[in-house]
Amino acid sequence: MAEKIRLEVVTPRGAVIQKDVDIVTAPGYAGDFGVLANHAPLLSTIKTGVLVYKVDNADEFVMVSGGFCEVSNNKITFLVEAADRGAEIDVERALRAKERAEKRLAQAQQKTEQINIVRAEAALQRSLARVKAARR
Amino acid sequence: MASLKEVKRQIGGVKKTSQITKAMNMVAAAKLRGAQQKMEAFRPYTAKFNAAMGNLSGNMEAGQFPLMETREVKTVELLVITSDRGLCGSFNANIMKTAEKLAAKLEKEGKKVSYVCVGKKAARYFRKSGKIRQTFVDIMSTFQMFNARTIAQDVAANFIAGNADEVHLVYSRFKSVAIQRPESEPLLPVRPLVETGGEAQKNVVADYIYEPSPTEIMEVLLPLYLNVMVYHAMLEVGASEHAARMTAMDNATKACKDIISRLTRLYNKARQSGITAELMDIVGGAEALKG
Repeated sequence: MAEKIRLEVVTPRGAVIQKDVDIVTAPGYAGDFGVLANHAPLLSTIKTGVLVYKVDNADEFVMVSGGFCEVSNNKITFLVEAADRGAEIDVERALRAKERAEKRLAQAQQKTEQINIVRAEAALQRSLARVKAARR
Repeated sequence: MASLKEVKRQIGGVKKTSQITKAMNMVAAAKLRGAQQKMEAFRPYTAKFNAAMGNLSGNMEAGQFPLMETREVKTVELLVITSDRGLCGSFNANIMKTAEKLAAKLEKEGKKVSYVCVGKKAARYFRKSGKIRQTFVDIMSTFQMFNARTIAQDVAANFIAGNADEVHLVYSRFKSVAIQRPESEPLLPVRPLVETGGEAQKNVVADYIYEPSPTEIMEVLLPLYLNVMVYHAMLEVGASEHAARMTAMDNATKACKDIISRLTRLYNKARQSGITAELMDIVGGAEALKG
């Protein structure tokens, strides 16, 4: 694959990835979608999940949490609240976070505290995505 | 003239104070660096975010989103962001003064004003006014997007419920280490961004594929936009606070030095006069023995 697309992942803490890649697969609002070089301009919301990109036939995984992405001028930019490269994720920690979130979710359901549920669910999704990104 | 011992004790005391202020100055300098780095890291995010927002709101009617709804303004909420800690000169007072001035102006126009205070200083200051709706304290030391989100959600919910027709943000902008300027800017209703990116962007607006529909994206983006605004203001205040403290502590250390040199002179004078008096005694005694 000769042509590449510029991938940028930006979080409030700074840019996480700036790379020329072959293909990007992103967890879009309506399901995963792939973006190749010279894609038409696109604006999409992003769910918490795993972003996959391919450089030189090697897949790389990145956990992203809620935000949106923009494709224009052969550049794909992700604006997300958090992003972790698969290789840098501490699986043990993510698993602990997952258990914590599950426990909290179970508790919250008994007491029906609205905010708790939303937050715990988001935390659970994040930890699941982290584990998924790291395991691959 | 003060006694020797007394002056010496004073010198010791001032010296200790200057040690503390000097240490605080250095701590503030280190923290300022951290805060500045965070601001630096956040800048690309805001820039991209605003560009995308501009893109979207270009072909969007403002009326269809509750967060963009403009109503007749009867109640105004001021989101005042200050630091949790003092000892940073007139920094917090300046922010509060700006907020009060704005509030006075709004009340003159017959609008009702309520406060949402972020940071202990604002909470304490406005407590006696009885207009506080909500306070968030002890969150300024750790900058977390999460805190900003809680605040933004609270303010947005209040706005949508119709308890406030307008929300203004009062905070301090970090211009440089020497200058921090208190500022206020409108937060809600969100006004459509007017072409931040200029001509080039205007042309591509129509070509975008939206996934899902532009309206739905906007619904996700608007609350996020509030987060970004609040978080940004918090970062600015954080950096400003440390810069202000640095300057204040630097001044304090200098003042300590001045006092010490003045007291030292006093001390030497007292010592000298003591020695002179003693000499006079000895000479007087010797003279008397001779006689």
